[in-house]
Amino acid sequence: MGAGRINASRGPADGVDRAIPARRRLAAAWWTLALGLIVPLILLATWLAAALLGQLPEQILPPPWAVFDTLSDIIGDGTLASSIATSLQRVAEGFAAGALAGLVLGTAIGLSKALRETVDPLFLAMSQVPTLGWMPIVILLVGIDEGLKIIVIGWSAFIPVVLNTSQGVRDVPQAYVELGRVLSFSPWSRLTTIILPSAVPSIFTGLREGLANSWQTLVAVELIASFEGLGYLMAYGRQLFQLELVLAAMIAVGLIGLLIHGLLTLAETHLQRWRPEMPR
Amino acid sequence: MSLITFAGRGPLSRGTRRSALPLGTIGRHLRPFALPAALLAAWELAAHAGFVDARFLPPLEAVLARAVAEIGHGDLAANLLASLQRDLIGFAFGGTAGIFLGLVIGFSPLAQRLLGPLLLVHRQIALFAWVPLISMWFGGGETGKIVFIALAAFQPSLINTWQGVAAIPRSYRELAAVLTLGWLDFARLIAIPGALPQIFTGLHSALIYAWTTTVGAELLLNIAPGLGGRMNEGQHLFHMDLLLLCILLLGGVGVAFNIIAGGLERRLLRWRTP
Repeated sequence: MGAGRINASRGPADGVDRAIPARRRLAAAWWTLALGLIVPLILLATWLAAALLGQLPEQILPPPWAVFDTLSDIIGDGTLASSIATSLQRVAEGFAAGALAGLVLGTAIGLSKALRETVDPLFLAMSQVPTLGWMPIVILLVGIDEGLKIIVIGWSAFIPVVLNTSQGVRDVPQAYVELGRVLSFSPWSRLTTIILPSAVPSIFTGLREGLANSWQTLVAVELIASFEGLGYLMAYGRQLFQLELVLAAMIAVGLIGLLIHGLLTLAETHLQRWRPEMPR
Repeated sequence: MSLITFAGRGPLSRGTRRSALPLGTIGRHLRPFALPAALLAAWELAAHAGFVDARFLPPLEAVLARAVAEIGHGDLAANLLASLQRDLIGFAFGGTAGIFLGLVIGFSPLAQRLLGPLLLVHRQIALFAWVPLISMWFGGGETGKIVFIALAAFQPSLINTWQGVAAIPRSYRELAAVLTLGWLDFARLIAIPGALPQIFTGLHSALIYAWTTTVGAELLLNIAPGLGGRMNEGQHLFHMDLLLLCILLLGGVGVAFNIIAGGLERRLLRWRTP
């Protein structure tokens, strides 16, 4: 959302010292995992104990087993699966539209200075408006159906993709460009064999931010205007004061967020495996 | 056109670029205004020629008249101030908490190992997923909104402070050990100044996030004075001119925040060797 560009997709804890041999690294990873689980387990135990002792009003925090029951209920009757499917489809459509448009515009802006100077100011000004701020207008224009979700989700993915793609294309080392010229590449092969591959890390940053934004925006849009999906499940639970449903949906949202993050990290390492060292 | 102009960036084909731009230097200075001006003209034309329903696309003068009226009775200004106040209070709480926790985690390897994974997982939960829970716990009124905004500001300030402290070169830490600095002196003299640029980056993002979230909170939680409240009104009464005006204000505040934060960063980090 917004134009806030945070370069913080990974905590410093991710850095792995390459000098350590594999076996010790594995042991260290287990150790890290164990230590990392202490606090969550303590929180869970506190929650469980408070609920068992009856110290926890259900309107504030329902007991863990109620959340678990609700979770298995909505898994059992298929509500969760269909909500996730709806939500994922919206994200996929919105992200695909926004990212594709962003790649095209970002590449064009990165290549052409004239275009950049023409489009950039307006684009930057528009990107300063919080994504959700556009919603009331879009609702009036297209209603609250799927179109709304795809436009708003797409827009939230579009911004970081444009910014990072154009930056990446502009930062292609001059030497590579000249090499292409010396070898008299056609513009098309210059684009596909030199410029885009060289801009991959930056483009990927944009795509990752875009996908994270899409997921964030999806939840917000579904909370505001929707009749199905994970966000709607939460809004519904809130209206009925069924906090266990809210929490169950939150768990699903969190898990999918983690899954997306993990897949992106994998894809990024895979795409950049040809690089001798990964610039961070 | 784009590819040809790209070639024009290199020293070999200056001529290509010049021929692609017959407008010359004056044109180049006007270029940033060309697209907005063209869009505004198209808008005005469409609104007057009746291509588009005026309810969907009110003519520019309607938006202008709305702006004059709103400024006249001070309503919009009051709403803007209400939003800003909420935004900045939440930002102050969330930013402070984020920096504090970031410093703790950055300094203490144990704290990092205990809390790091939890915080990284927490990052992956979509921010807006907290809305229903927050509204149940803190209500949909002012408290709930501020808690939500603070949560938005918390994440970037935490992560960036943490990274900033963690990125302090090992030699500095060794220097501190050689000088037998206590951890307080280490923090005061080395770590915090060293991490300052990144802390500012975090606060800058936090400011933008908080603003985004303010709008979200005002649209999602109870209606209260604020720009989000006015946008709700505009949506329900089909006042497109009001909505467009609100968009302008939202964007204006975003731009202002960016300029202020950028300026402060430059001023406060003047002492750094470039």
